[in-house]
Amino acid sequence: MADLGPLIPRNREIHPVPYDPGYKTSVARSPSQPLLSMESGASEETGPTFGHGTFGALDNNLIMNFSKGAAPAIGERILMHGKVLDERGRGVPNTLVEIWQANAGGRYRHKKDGYLAPLDPNFGGCGRTLTDDEGNYQFLTIRPGAYPWPNRGNDWRPMHIHISVFGHGFGQRLITQMYFQGDPLIDLCPIAATIKNRSQLDRLVAPLDMSNSRPLDFLAYKFDIVLRGRRQTMFENKLEGM
Amino acid sequence: MVQPLDIHQETPSQTAGPYVHIGLMPSFAGIPDIYENQLGESPIADGAKGEVIEIVGSIYDGTGWAMRDALFESWQADASGKFAGQDGADPKVSGYRRFAADGETGEYTLKTVKPGAVSGRGGQVHAPHISLWIVARGINIGLQTRIYFEDEDNSNDPLLNRIEQRQRVDTLIAKKTADGKYRFDVRLQGEGETVFLDI
Repeated sequence: MADLGPLIPRNREIHPVPYDPGYKTSVARSPSQPLLSMESGASEETGPTFGHGTFGALDNNLIMNFSKGAAPAIGERILMHGKVLDERGRGVPNTLVEIWQANAGGRYRHKKDGYLAPLDPNFGGCGRTLTDDEGNYQFLTIRPGAYPWPNRGNDWRPMHIHISVFGHGFGQRLITQMYFQGDPLIDLCPIAATIKNRSQLDRLVAPLDMSNSRPLDFLAYKFDIVLRGRRQTMFENKLEGM
Repeated sequence: MVQPLDIHQETPSQTAGPYVHIGLMPSFAGIPDIYENQLGESPIADGAKGEVIEIVGSIYDGTGWAMRDALFESWQADASGKFAGQDGADPKVSGYRRFAADGETGEYTLKTVKPGAVSGRGGQVHAPHISLWIVARGINIGLQTRIYFEDEDNSNDPLLNRIEQRQRVDTLIAKKTADGKYRFDVRLQGEGETVFLDI
């Protein structure tokens, strides 16, 4: 197998700080010692793969997947779409993208969520898909509601969708959240605020994309995801005849 | 001015939150039928070569509380040190598993085969290990670490040998509790804090 090179080291400056008193749960759940840095090897550059046959036709349709196509979920219908690429700008094909979210009222289908808003009998709240040959993915879903959560006296989560992405190496593994353009709660959210660089937080805010909105059906939001890339190793490999 | 570097930045992480199981382990979250199958249910199939082992442990926050909501993923080589997809890899070893801390006790169990040593660039050999990735509410970017084994020769492992404070090496080594059984606890903070990786 050709050596594609080690993963580009993670730039921790663009990521959230692990310890942030504004997000209370992070206080006791953040390492206090520095991370041990090292160049990646096979353990990080290889990763699990998932075959197309694993997935059902409704897996990326959160409006219909919980009811098995019997009845649609309640809420504002949206297409969430985008491209998974690496730091070199190359699309990442055939990689797993999973999402989960609250329903239109801001309630998760989870026994620990006791928010006043009711469950939607036709909404489960999760979806999954593989990117296509160019790295593109899409989900049909409903816009999740904002909801209050126990942190400081009166904290609310902005509307958001959780996203988990694999890439081709275990060291590329990433979970993040997509926010929605124009949501005033983003500026008040202590979880969004764990990212200290505002221009980096802006990268998690999906723009309304009328070019992919379907008339009389759904609005579209675009959300591209960048995973770690690989470093070139031209001068580290012994070339033929050198 | 200089030429622009044609390089993108990785997308910033955000916490997986308290409901991560809905997305990654819907059965565990009480949504068993939404998909026809669950991903990462076992790293091995029947007939996998090597010693089948069971690793049990908990993950503790900085107050010493065993967290009930953590989600783990593991990735490892087969018994001969090959990863799935590499030439000669054991077809019965996917090497990948998803698992969660128990909602009542906080304990996790990982049943798998013991991996072999893994060769790296420049002839480096990594002692047998399982890569572990941990997410939960309050963890703002997934934590990477490794499980090594106390009954293996770890003396030449390039990662363990980079740990300056030698007493911290122990935090990455699973303790044998019985034949084929190991214990591996993760401590996020404070005394005995696990060595986490940036790799």
